Amino acid sequence: MMENAANVWALARREVQSYFASPVAYVVLALFIFLFGYFFADYLFVFLERSMGRGGFGGPTETLNLNQDLIRYVFLTTSVLLLFLVPMVTMRAFAEEIRSGTIELLLTSPLTDFQIVLGKFLGAIFLYAAMLALTLPHMAILFFFGDPEWEPLLVGYLGMFLLGCAFISFGLVFSSLTRNQIVAGFLTFGTFLFLWLIEYAESWAGAASGLVTYLSVTKHLDEFAKGVIDSRDVIYYLTFIGLGLFLSKQSLESLRWRG
Amino acid sequence: MIEVSGITKEFGRFTAVNGLSFSVAKGEVLGFLGPNGAGKTTTMRILTGFIPATRGTAVVAGHDILSEPLEAKRKIGYLPENPPLYPEMTVFDYLDFVARIKGVPRERRRARVDESLERCSIGDVRDKLTGKLSKGYRQRVGLAQALVHEPEVLILDEPTAGLDPKQINETRALVRSLGGDHTVVLSTHILPEVVMTCDRVVILNKGSVVAQGTTESLIDQFRKEEHLHVTVEGPERDVLSTLRSQDGVLAADAVRGEGEVLTYRLSIAPDAPGEPGKNVRREIAARLVRAGYGLLDLHQEGTTLEEVYLRVVSSEEPGVAP
Repeated sequence: MMENAANVWALARREVQSYFASPVAYVVLALFIFLFGYFFADYLFVFLERSMGRGGFGGPTETLNLNQDLIRYVFLTTSVLLLFLVPMVTMRAFAEEIRSGTIELLLTSPLTDFQIVLGKFLGAIFLYAAMLALTLPHMAILFFFGDPEWEPLLVGYLGMFLLGCAFISFGLVFSSLTRNQIVAGFLTFGTFLFLWLIEYAESWAGAASGLVTYLSVTKHLDEFAKGVIDSRDVIYYLTFIGLGLFLSKQSLESLRWRG
Repeated sequence: MIEVSGITKEFGRFTAVNGLSFSVAKGEVLGFLGPNGAGKTTTMRILTGFIPATRGTAVVAGHDILSEPLEAKRKIGYLPENPPLYPEMTVFDYLDFVARIKGVPRERRRARVDESLERCSIGDVRDKLTGKLSKGYRQRVGLAQALVHEPEVLILDEPTAGLDPKQINETRALVRSLGGDHTVVLSTHILPEVVMTCDRVVILNKGSVVAQGTTESLIDQFRKEEHLHVTVEGPERDVLSTLRSQDGVLAADAVRGEGEVLTYRLSIAPDAPGEPGKNVRREIAARLVRAGYGLLDLHQEGTTLEEVYLRVVSSEEPGVAP
């Protein structure tokens, strides 16, 4: 058990070192915080305008809530940013090791395939957590000038975290299928895009729309963003993560047979 | 230390390795020799547990590589054909990482990394990024990586490929010095390397073992015919007919010299393994002297491993068992 943890830790540690030794981490973090900042500011101005009663033109004054009318939408929009930022984080994970041959070092070391997958997973989660951490100053601004409730905010972050983990686990699957990281990136992005778009399946799926929309990744985030923890949503994400890790492990194993 | 029996590896319909069997004793340095595509790399990848064999078993340091992979891998150090380096890591960080995943305990890690840095004389680049190193250094970092956990078995795929002559000599000396403490399997397609560094050779061709043994035994084993050089003083025609009429002489021709002092090259059939041509030589000498010619010199042409190698890899019939 100790040995398991030590192996996974060694792999995750190297993964993080390598993210920050190459431009990947900085590009992703900079892009993320720029886009997040843009949307955050945009939503904040809309929120302020609405709360001031349409700029004093005598429209009805709305009673607005920072959590429900601002933070919720910020989270939902952030999830769309992740559709293309997560593939940038995960695309090289295995593809680069296969291309450069370092996978041979990992697969001939006394490691199990699952430890290798878990090490990659934790390494990417660390970078993702750093992305989320960069959004905290924005939230701090809200606490400084207003009084949002912190419980729904935490639940929102939990949802964002689970969503990110789910995306990362699938990014790893695609990265392990090819030696070309660009191909891995596009496959990942395409899949996420599909999982996002099926949210709008109600219009065509008819009777099956309930099932189809259940599969949508962002749909499940909405409850978290509202501050509600629903076990169906938690199970959805955990299943997603488990399936991603399992498929990555299977794919890594098949790499040995493919030679 | 290594026991391989009946290993076969098929990629689709292509058979890369076909029923390979061999064993390596503790402390021995074994060389895999063969042309490109003979199955050397595939065999090494099977031994190190990178790819599984289609059939057959490989037991390394007492552990079957398929049923007890973790135990076996802990005892193997492996240098693949291309050193598996992460270009964005420094040499020290890289070796520290390898030591961690190979299960070197924390308190010994630092000492092990320092020792392998020293052993491969790469201490001067310990803080450089591996991606910035020259080919020679990269190869040595690859070797240091294979040594860092003090493995009982070392598997080195073409350890001298791409090095300059000085580095080749240093690497060979290093490999030689590893034998004894470690059991070493190395592959190469350079013949002198095998003679210089290995105790024993396995020659592979098209996925099968075509010959194995010590270099000396291989030379004996493949001595199908013998060549003698005889320098005789006498008329060429008469000397030739005398030589050709001797039993066991397959061919004779004058190769150099002038006038009546000529050197003849004879092909003779060996009559006993280990001492080929001994009786024929005695007969020839006696015959020439009896006929009144001056026998000035008679010596055997040496057979080299190179001839053996070329003969076994170019012959179509596979599997000449020792």
